[in-house]
Amino acid sequence: MMNRVSETLGRLGGVNLLPLALAAVAFVLIGAPSSWVTLTVAGLSMGMMVFLMASGLSLVFGLMDVLNFGHSAFVSFGAFVAATVLAALSTWLDGGWMLASAALALALLAAIAFGLAAGLFFETVIIRPVYRDHLRQILITMGALIVSEQIILAVWGGTPVSVPRPSFLEGAWIIGDVSMEIYRLFAMGLGAVVFVGLMVLLNRTRIGLLIRAGVENREMVEALGFKINRLFIGVFMLGSALAALGGAMWAGYETLITPALGGEMMIVVFIVVIIGGLGSIEGTLLGAIIVGLTANYIGYLAPKLALASNMILMMAILMWRPSGLRPAVK
Amino acid sequence: MTLLSLQNMKTQIGQYHVLHDISFEVPQGGVFVLLGRNGAGKTTTLRSIMGLWQPQPGSVTFKGKDISTLATADIARLGIAYVPENMGIFGGLTVEENLVLATAKGRFDQTRLRRIYTLFPALEQFWTKQAWSLSGGQKQMLAVARAIIEPRDLILIDEPTKGLAPSIVAAMGEAFREIAQDTTILLVEQNFNFARSLGRDMAVIDDGRVVHRGTMADFAADTDLQGQLLGLSA
Ligand SMILES: Nc1ncnc2c1ncn2[C@@H]1O[C@H](COP(=O)(O)OP(=O)(O)OP(=O)(O)O)[C@@H](O)[C@H]1O
Ligand SMILES: [Mg+2]
Repeated sequence: MMNRVSETLGRLGGVNLLPLALAAVAFVLIGAPSSWVTLTVAGLSMGMMVFLMASGLSLVFGLMDVLNFGHSAFVSFGAFVAATVLAALSTWLDGGWMLASAALALALLAAIAFGLAAGLFFETVIIRPVYRDHLRQILITMGALIVSEQIILAVWGGTPVSVPRPSFLEGAWIIGDVSMEIYRLFAMGLGAVVFVGLMVLLNRTRIGLLIRAGVENREMVEALGFKINRLFIGVFMLGSALAALGGAMWAGYETLITPALGGEMMIVVFIVVIIGGLGSIEGTLLGAIIVGLTANYIGYLAPKLALASNMILMMAILMWRPSGLRPAVK
Repeated sequence: MTLLSLQNMKTQIGQYHVLHDISFEVPQGGVFVLLGRNGAGKTTTLRSIMGLWQPQPGSVTFKGKDISTLATADIARLGIAYVPENMGIFGGLTVEENLVLATAKGRFDQTRLRRIYTLFPALEQFWTKQAWSLSGGQKQMLAVARAIIEPRDLILIDEPTKGLAPSIVAAMGEAFREIAQDTTILLVEQNFNFARSLGRDMAVIDDGRVVHRGTMADFAADTDLQGQLLGLSA
């Protein structure tokens, strides 16, 4: 009987059903459908932004067993770079739809470009000397994180920086008594586009094939004649750029940012990567959505539990599936 | 002509000296068999040739070129393929993806592909299946197929018959005979009967040293020597 149930669930999508189950339980507990929709949209958009931040970390660990505790520095830098560009172009933001979009695009591109460059620097200077040595990786990447935070403090100061948003992303759509913030819908859409792009890259290109193979067995990829280190630099840069993009989006979401932003997100990002299963992009998306939804539902239902909820979620999932929900095949 | 030559190769793993003196020459063509007891250093020898462990500099020559300090990927590109003891297939990839990854340009040469289908029909049958779902024998076939999807000069194969049913071992033997017509095989084997039926030249390793070199015909005839070096009863 139990077997039949789990087989049927498996055919319907298995662990992919978890967000639906979560949403259904929350629907019953919350009672008010309009609040439920608002919270679900908030949860999904937070999930998508966290997915942007987390996807690179997951791939980097999967491919090279490198634990990069400095990953959140890319998130912070992305946020501040985007905020600076938006502030500099603030006249564009009020200058009509086209100009405002251009300002937003430039801000996001600047964050991405910064992420690519910082990723290249980080990989070659900081990570390269400590491949295969987890303890030193933890120490040196933590150290790099602290240095990055100090750099942000020195450049942007310790007082909160406000992040201007293009006017077309302000406000909410109201349908009946349901209201959905436009910025959140935009973040959801952008995250979905990135996810699809990553899936195409991983599943439809030769580079993606190499990445998937490398996540499983680095040595064998080398023995087939491919230099895994070059592949790794590329993946690291991509991951850093996505983290910076995630940070930029998060900055617009929070509208007021401090240098502590990256550190605050880091815990969430690690939880997402761990419950999703290291090395798997689908797992990371799943973990991010579950974490985003849980944070918002719990924040509404039991605000006092909000801080602990992600940790509890992680422990529960790890007890059930020790290597995460959708680990890459190793 | 000598294809691969090991001259007093020593390999250290961490602080352990695993190989002390490995010297033998693999001539071009046919199957060269490397024998030895468990833990003798056979796998370490293959991994050192492939650059997966760092051998003593200057000790490995392939087609007249010193490859002892090259990176694994560069060694592979010179024309050496490796079929490791654990087969090293990518379980999350399909049979097709495993093979296409091993091609130089990401495209199949249809002639070579047909040859693989003929040697291992199961691979054609399970073409779009994820490799983790294959049987042990089919995985081994995939690992060997991956090594011959591109033309190679030398294939290093580590204990391909381990744990396989007799009928599959026989099929594997046929495949190796066919492959050895245009590619040299350096075969590590514990299954002496299998090795004897394929090998022309051979060497025996014990405790990180080559303790015997010769032709398979001579070794197969000398049951005392077999008992002494491999612990096989006559
Ligand atoms: N990664 C390693 N670290 C330390 N020692 C190792 C390592 N790999 C192998 N060895 C040691 O090197 C020796 C040779 O091992 P190797 O795997 O080459 O033997 P083998 O001849 O292939 O044995 P088998 O027939 O069991 O596969 C063994 O004593 C083994 O314990
Ligand atoms: Mg071995």
